[in-house]
Amino acid sequence: MIESLFPNVDWDNMWEATLETLYMTAMSTFFTFVIGLVLGIILFLTAPKQLWANSIVNWLTGAFVNIFRSIPFIILIILLIPFTKFMIGTIRGPNAALPALIIGAAPFYARMVLIALKEIDKGVIEAARSMGATTWTIIRKVLLPESKPALISGITVTAIALVGYTAMAGIIGAGGLGTLAFLDGFQRSREDVTLMATILILVIVFAIQFIGDRLTVKSDKR
Amino acid sequence: MIELKELSKVFDTGKGSLKAVDDVNLSISSGEIFGIIGYSGAGKSTLIRLLNGLEKPTSGSVTISGQNISASKGQDLRKARQKVSMIFQHFNLLWSRTVKENIEFPLEIAGVPKSKRDARVLELVELVGLAGRENAYPSQLSGGQKQRVGIARALANDPEVLLCDEATSALDPQTTDSILELLVDINKRLGLTIVLITHEMHVIRKICHRVAVMEGGRVVELGDVLTVFQAPQQEITKRFVAQVTDTEDSNETIKHLRELYPTGELVKLIFVGDQTEQPILTKLIRKYPVDINIVHGNISHTQRGAYGTLIIQIKGTQPEIAQALAFLNEESIQTEVMA
Repeated sequence: MIESLFPNVDWDNMWEATLETLYMTAMSTFFTFVIGLVLGIILFLTAPKQLWANSIVNWLTGAFVNIFRSIPFIILIILLIPFTKFMIGTIRGPNAALPALIIGAAPFYARMVLIALKEIDKGVIEAARSMGATTWTIIRKVLLPESKPALISGITVTAIALVGYTAMAGIIGAGGLGTLAFLDGFQRSREDVTLMATILILVIVFAIQFIGDRLTVKSDKR
Repeated sequence: MIELKELSKVFDTGKGSLKAVDDVNLSISSGEIFGIIGYSGAGKSTLIRLLNGLEKPTSGSVTISGQNISASKGQDLRKARQKVSMIFQHFNLLWSRTVKENIEFPLEIAGVPKSKRDARVLELVELVGLAGRENAYPSQLSGGQKQRVGIARALANDPEVLLCDEATSALDPQTTDSILELLVDINKRLGLTIVLITHEMHVIRKICHRVAVMEGGRVVELGDVLTVFQAPQQEITKRFVAQVTDTEDSNETIKHLRELYPTGELVKLIFVGDQTEQPILTKLIRKYPVDINIVHGNISHTQRGAYGTLIIQIKGTQPEIAQALAFLNEESIQTEVMA
């Protein structure tokens, strides 16, 4: 039945492409989370009247985030080719897509982290200071736990955007479902391959959304 | 215990400077419940934050138990803050933590090992009357219960001083009283020095030993609570005292009575301490041929004794009224003929 609906689909290739997409999404989401979190915390703490108030660091971080958030992803990939070659040693394959994916998504996530941190009641931070907490303790035990639901829903949105980015990364031969849909499906006029790749991408996106929503609700005790 | 010397704090608002605290000198002794009252913008919030170094003074100094707080920083200041803890108007609990975990937080900061933390938290939960609610999240508690968590959290590291930043302003009157009783209780039991700021004279009356009145960043009046109630000096202090003694209604009645009996004299009597329990009026009517109309009466209990006011109208001939007033003064009742 499925064979007759999708006559041209090579299931081994399709499975391999799915794994590549999952791998690229997982790796880039992880690094985006870490780097975005660090950038977001720096943006938050160096803002005026905050614990590390420092207008120069704040301006520089803000400028970096704004610039990389503004460059369209497809252009960013091309601009980063020399950097990718230097970091990964090649510009082909799933690993070669990672630098562009992370540099494209981390500033986006950093903004979401900043918004999440700004939502925290200032009084709670003041209370922690009044108990003699260090800034490091405040980050670990106040900022992160108190903004957890927003941090999780933010990384969910970012991960879904990253699934889309991995498909675009196909143009530098990154592999994954995007490349498969473009090369095997579109260019060889096999609509069934394109359709199957689309279905699998949708399944991945829905799964991420579902897990993200569940974790957000579970972490919110307000 | 706590010494404030020539303390000033100036904020740069961009459009100019704002003197939030202006040359404040105060000395608060150990075990005292000291109240600071003022309207919003009087500088009391800034003043209380100078006490634990959340704000740095522009000039002057804050000394607590011999440590100069205003000059401390880093590790020294953080250690000092464990001995000068604070509770807040909006409780400022971490919503992501349970009651137990919130109370545990300052212990984690102080580096107390897990085994000792659990025992201490249990003790504190008992102390503030929250037994059985340890595992609730703040969102599941009422305002009064949240403030109890705030108090337990503030007491965790055995502080010497407790700062209360409008601690009851977000609570209803009944809950306010129960929280105030808890504060008096821990003051007596633990010998804790309490400094509180408020805009409600009720709070001062109910639990404070001494009070400072702030206006425009300055302390304009300072004294024993009973003395201040009895004989407020400044206009602003009189307004605060009126918050608990007078009511709008009695002003209406006074106006009405004056229209009805233009001849009688309206007098406010002030009783202090034991006098509140004496049958003064009975004695007065038996002795002099005057009629008495009671307009308004009120007795307030302060930590330093009772304090009552009674507004009456005395009707009679001029000499009779004069005699009656003289009698009251003999009984050392403070009288004030109302214009």
